[in-house]
Amino acid sequence: MENDLPYLKQFDTAIIVNACGSTIEDYVELAKVLNTLDIDGVELNLSCPNVKAGCLAFGTSYEGVKEVTSQVRKVLDKPLIVKLTPNVTDITAPALGAQDAGADGVSLINTLLGMSIDIHKRRPHLANNTGGLSGPCVKPVGVRMVYQVAQKVNIPILGLGGIVTGEDAIEYMLAGATAVSVGTGNFITPDTAIKVVEGIENYMKQYNIQDVNEIVGAVQMN
Amino acid sequence: MKVNCKAEIVKIEKLKEDLYKFSIQAEEIVSCAKPGQFIDVRVVDGIEPLLRRPISIYNLDKENGILEFIFQVKGKGTSLLAQRKVGEKLDIIGPLGYGTFSIKDYKNVAIIGGGIGMFPLYELAKELKEKTTSNVHIYMGFRNKDLVTLEEEFKNVSDELTITTDDGSYGISGFAINELKKDCEKEVPDKIFACGPLPMLKAVQAFAAQNNIPCEISLEEKMACGLGVCLGCAVKTAKSPSDAPEYWHVCKAGPVFNATDVEI
Ligand SMILES: Cc1cc2nc3c(=O)[nH]c(=O)nc-3n(C[C@H](O)[C@H](O)[C@H](O)COP(=O)(O)OP(=O)(O)OC[C@H]3O[C@@H](n4cnc5c(N)ncnc54)[C@H](O)[C@@H]3O)c2cc1C
Repeated sequence: MENDLPYLKQFDTAIIVNACGSTIEDYVELAKVLNTLDIDGVELNLSCPNVKAGCLAFGTSYEGVKEVTSQVRKVLDKPLIVKLTPNVTDITAPALGAQDAGADGVSLINTLLGMSIDIHKRRPHLANNTGGLSGPCVKPVGVRMVYQVAQKVNIPILGLGGIVTGEDAIEYMLAGATAVSVGTGNFITPDTAIKVVEGIENYMKQYNIQDVNEIVGAVQMN
Repeated sequence: MKVNCKAEIVKIEKLKEDLYKFSIQAEEIVSCAKPGQFIDVRVVDGIEPLLRRPISIYNLDKENGILEFIFQVKGKGTSLLAQRKVGEKLDIIGPLGYGTFSIKDYKNVAIIGGGIGMFPLYELAKELKEKTTSNVHIYMGFRNKDLVTLEEEFKNVSDELTITTDDGSYGISGFAINELKKDCEKEVPDKIFACGPLPMLKAVQAFAAQNNIPCEISLEEKMACGLGVCLGCAVKTAKSPSDAPEYWHVCKAGPVFNATDVEI
């Protein structure tokens, strides 16, 4: 708040704060503070496996997501997006929980819980033993989940997971995402987001698409 | 300014079985890079391995816009890097890191390094010799004779060079830090710079603290982005309370830190 917000303010773009806690009280406290800031929205992180004793527990069920989201909704006037964990059997349940609690949108997917072992040391590579898997390898999982959620909810979906090119973004949009975001791609090439936008534009030119909204959810299933 | 560019590989030297020196054409980075900084290298242009590999700047040839780095083959990324050829272009970001070595006039500087930690110390020593009046004594520690590298190069940028090997097969037998300690009985340096394996850094940190010698150490941590975004390369600050630890990130606040500022 002290350092990052003033820094980000110099850019002509929307600022959405990702908020994570370990108890419902944490989320509510945080939301109260965020409500007073000059920001454009809040993304509730109910699903970060990299944060110890994190929010994973809330994010996996309809009831859990609904409970946290409604408590936050009561104190937050700003646009509220709920970020969902893919580490569930049915992604539509938590998505519906967010919608029913009054969220303005859902974003998915967060990282997949993974593990990797150093075969020479016979120990996990990560100090925490397990951790969040992201990057291009998770894209098919993300696209599938966005598609599934799009069939069930009517609030907007922000799709993410492995997007590094415009083509990747188009896949998410065809599956039902109204917006997309880039995470890991930024680690590799800091101007990934710009390239993604260019790629989307090229696709639109190629197929003579006037309004990008035309492609949202436009996938035709086999 | 930090740039993401495609730098042509102009020269490759194999220094040892698993040690390579690359010279790359990178004017923009060379013109503003400081000793202690690093670059983040995409070892191949394809998808795998996805993440860049951080590698220190070894030498900056400002006149010709050439940056040199030396790397040891460790795993998948560095072995693919070792297969790259002269004339190919490397996708790099740099110069990275805001914590750099402080170049100014000292009386007696001790530079101590071990193994692959030697590499960032070369540009440091070179700039101390070129730009300041400092008297520079370099201590290089290696495990054994076969691993000793860059002796001539470091000799050329120092007033005195001490080489040690753990097994005594070359130079003085023992750890480099012990030689530094011995020399301090005669004259205490007014500045220490160190980079190398963690046990060595800890010993140097403790020694500098006991003797009140200002000391800068360069740290290495696994990092996914090198840009301050992924927050993976955390290091605990020395003064933060144990129940509410505060962290810095090696890629951003470092890689060079005042030894008294970090808990390693
Ligand atoms: C600031 C900085 C400067 C460095 N300078 C040099 C140098 O000048 N010369 C040199 O030989 N090596 C240097 N290293 C270490 C070098 O980055 C690793 O040896 C290299 O990333 C290993 O990659 P790999 O794919 O071969 O190994 P793998 O073990 O297969 O790598 C797997 C993953 O772990 C990461 N990783 C593994 N070891 C390290 C490590 N020690 N530090 C950071 N990330 C690691 C890799 O980036 C990769 O994401 C430096 C590291 C840092 C942080």
